[in-house]
Amino acid sequence: MNFLRKQLDKIKPHFEKGGKYEKLGPAYGGIETFLFVPNHTTKKGAHIRDGVDLKRVMITVVIALLPALFFGMWNIGDQHFSQIPGSDMSFMTLFVYGALKMLPMIIVSYGVGLGIEFAYAIFRGHDVNEGYLVTGLLIPMIMPIDFPLWMLTISVIFAVIIGKEAFGGTGMNILNPALVARAFALFSYTGFMSGDQVWVTDAGVDGLSGETILGTLALGKETSTSVFDMFMGYMPGSVGETSVLMILIGAAILLFTGIASWRIMISSVIGASLVGLMFNAIGSDTNDLFNFPWWQHLLIGGFAFGMVFMATDPVSAAQTNKGKWIYGFLIGVFAILIRVVNPTLPEGVMMAILLMNVFAPTIDHYVIQSNVKRRQKRLIKLQKA
Amino acid sequence: MSTDISIKKGLNIKLKGRAEQKLSTVNRSKTFAINPSHFHGIIPKLLVKIGDKVQAGDPVFYAKQNEQIKFTSPVSGEISEIVRGAKRKILSVKIKADKSDVFKDFGVKTPSKMATPQIKELLLESGCWALIKQRPYDIIANPDDIPKSIFISAYATAPLAASHAFTLSGKEKEFQAGIDALSKLTDGKVHLSVDGNLASFFDDVSGVTIHKVTGKHPAGNVGVQISKVDPINAGDRIWVVNPQDVAAIGALFLTGKVESDRIVALAGSQVQTPQYYKITQGSQISDIVNGKLNATKSRIISGNPLTGTAVNGKDSIGFYDDVISVLPEGDHYTFFGWVPFIGNNKLSMSRTFFSWLTPNKEYDLDTNFNGEGRAFVMTGEMEKVLPIDVYPMQLLKAAMIDDIEKMENLGIYEVAPEDFALIDFISTSKIEAQDIIRKGLDLMIKEVG
Repeated sequence: MNFLRKQLDKIKPHFEKGGKYEKLGPAYGGIETFLFVPNHTTKKGAHIRDGVDLKRVMITVVIALLPALFFGMWNIGDQHFSQIPGSDMSFMTLFVYGALKMLPMIIVSYGVGLGIEFAYAIFRGHDVNEGYLVTGLLIPMIMPIDFPLWMLTISVIFAVIIGKEAFGGTGMNILNPALVARAFALFSYTGFMSGDQVWVTDAGVDGLSGETILGTLALGKETSTSVFDMFMGYMPGSVGETSVLMILIGAAILLFTGIASWRIMISSVIGASLVGLMFNAIGSDTNDLFNFPWWQHLLIGGFAFGMVFMATDPVSAAQTNKGKWIYGFLIGVFAILIRVVNPTLPEGVMMAILLMNVFAPTIDHYVIQSNVKRRQKRLIKLQKA
Repeated sequence: MSTDISIKKGLNIKLKGRAEQKLSTVNRSKTFAINPSHFHGIIPKLLVKIGDKVQAGDPVFYAKQNEQIKFTSPVSGEISEIVRGAKRKILSVKIKADKSDVFKDFGVKTPSKMATPQIKELLLESGCWALIKQRPYDIIANPDDIPKSIFISAYATAPLAASHAFTLSGKEKEFQAGIDALSKLTDGKVHLSVDGNLASFFDDVSGVTIHKVTGKHPAGNVGVQISKVDPINAGDRIWVVNPQDVAAIGALFLTGKVESDRIVALAGSQVQTPQYYKITQGSQISDIVNGKLNATKSRIISGNPLTGTAVNGKDSIGFYDDVISVLPEGDHYTFFGWVPFIGNNKLSMSRTFFSWLTPNKEYDLDTNFNGEGRAFVMTGEMEKVLPIDVYPMQLLKAAMIDDIEKMENLGIYEVAPEDFALIDFISTSKIEAQDIIRKGLDLMIKEVG
């Protein structure tokens, strides 16, 4: 530790103003502050500060993602081998098989994304922001496992540059960058992002099926997955999205630490349940999804993952407490609405969140306006008196 | 007559080194100072030159904005130095004090028998006017205004804050006289907020509306109480006075002399025996703290750790401050200090530390920034510590882009920088909220007035 500190102090002058590598200062700072919380002291304002900072928050989110990630790695192996007759693999074999499939995606996502973040920090001369720590892990977790790495690279580049840096970087973006990457991938490489061939590794080869429950239902077929399997996540899907149990563990961490908004999580479940109930009540002879039990909607597809980790992204969500209720509720509503009645997209969570990301500032505007009006009414009442 | 105010939002920061309720007197400083910087926005015009003799209560400078507002010497002595900074800005007027004070006599008066103009006149002449501040803007009150009410908060919730019941014990008569004088300055009421869980002499003060306040910091902030009782609208003026200053105003009427003595708490984990001291306004910090601090590197703050000003030994204590906090300087690196759930010696409103398990623990916080400044990312955290009906993040953003109309719509008149001190503290992105609000208020003064 001391040795590391001494080495850093030794090279630090080169990166400071007037140093040889002055321009690379932000990159040095990014690495230094990763290793050590800096010795900065308060200069103005309050002399004491809360121990929390953005790094701590972002890493906590990453920790909350880990249960779903690890389960997803095992599930990659399980979904593949369980369809091969006679194969009886141990837990570890399945996990390692999945991990080896997943790690390249994580490495590419972090490598490319952080590379761009560092480059922007250097060119703009600001600190490296931590936002990508979460985005970089989210992106591979919401992709199909066999998604080609070069496509992933291009999706990440698009998401970071157009989805985030174009708006000014972390904290300024309108859309959730991870979902921007996914939306870009879906519309650019549709064949690799949807259908019944992509959700299990090597699906399509040797007669393996890679169909999700939603894909099955959209085709008007019955699903054979039990509710228990839905909850546990023993089903095909994006790497991180399948296990509701693991996602709930993540949700518990986020809610307990106070990082994610419970208002958004609860209201989105309420919204989705109401729309699901409505479709159940209406029923349909031509669209089986109308009759799919409303509460099972919450267990399948990307709903749980989206509500816990994507809808609650504080930057792209509504920012007022009242606004969060409305924003979450509408995400739940649109997610199920798109699922059930939109014929082109079997899953609606991504679109629902992106749509509400766009409308979040509008929601906030009206919420804040009510505060402004209250203030003006008070003044008018006073002037009349 | 009393009403209850119960504040739900907020955060109590418990720090090591709370002052014990024991009073000593510090040795009299040789030199006293009056610093114009203690009076926000005041541009001083000198009335004295080096070598002039002054009595306690003689004017030293007046405000360029309003010639009636005078600032007087707390002691008698000789003007020894006028410290100037860039562009010849006056930083400090130093007075070499006599062994004992000679007071200018303003005559013994009974405030209840005086007319408002005479009370104003006396307060202005004696320099006591500077004790009265106004909301909005958190600046010295304009004597030409008539405030819609006057607020006094005798409930201290800030970390390491001095207990008003203790600092005012034995000054009950002066306090009442001060109230009598102040109540003549407004057409409305004088509101006195007291600790709802503590009986004290404040309960017997007459001529005021008493509010029993309970809740976490910033429940004791006068701005929070105003927002619950009599919110400020555009164009409104409310005046606020600190409890000890009310007694000082009272003493002026009862004795005819300026009362420059104050009781301050010397507190914080770097103080060997935290307790209360009787000092005279304008005292040098070194005269108050010398020999009482731990040897390790520390920061001396005139005021509480959330809103105070960092000072060195040669500075003088802030005009409005009733506490000197001394905390360890935090210029150290922490290896992987951002790893969640580790480092539980730090206080945090988020539960990314396990410190929430010990809500009654007193913390030894230092001045480390605990991270780096970032853009706004987390939402909803500021609202948890601001019990005023405004949207803090949106107001801060409006202030950052100098949007006057938006600031007005979002309620800039209802807040003072001190109300945003906890936002400084809890902000994940380390937003300098107090500084932003102060600049926003200054812009409003310039543009709206």
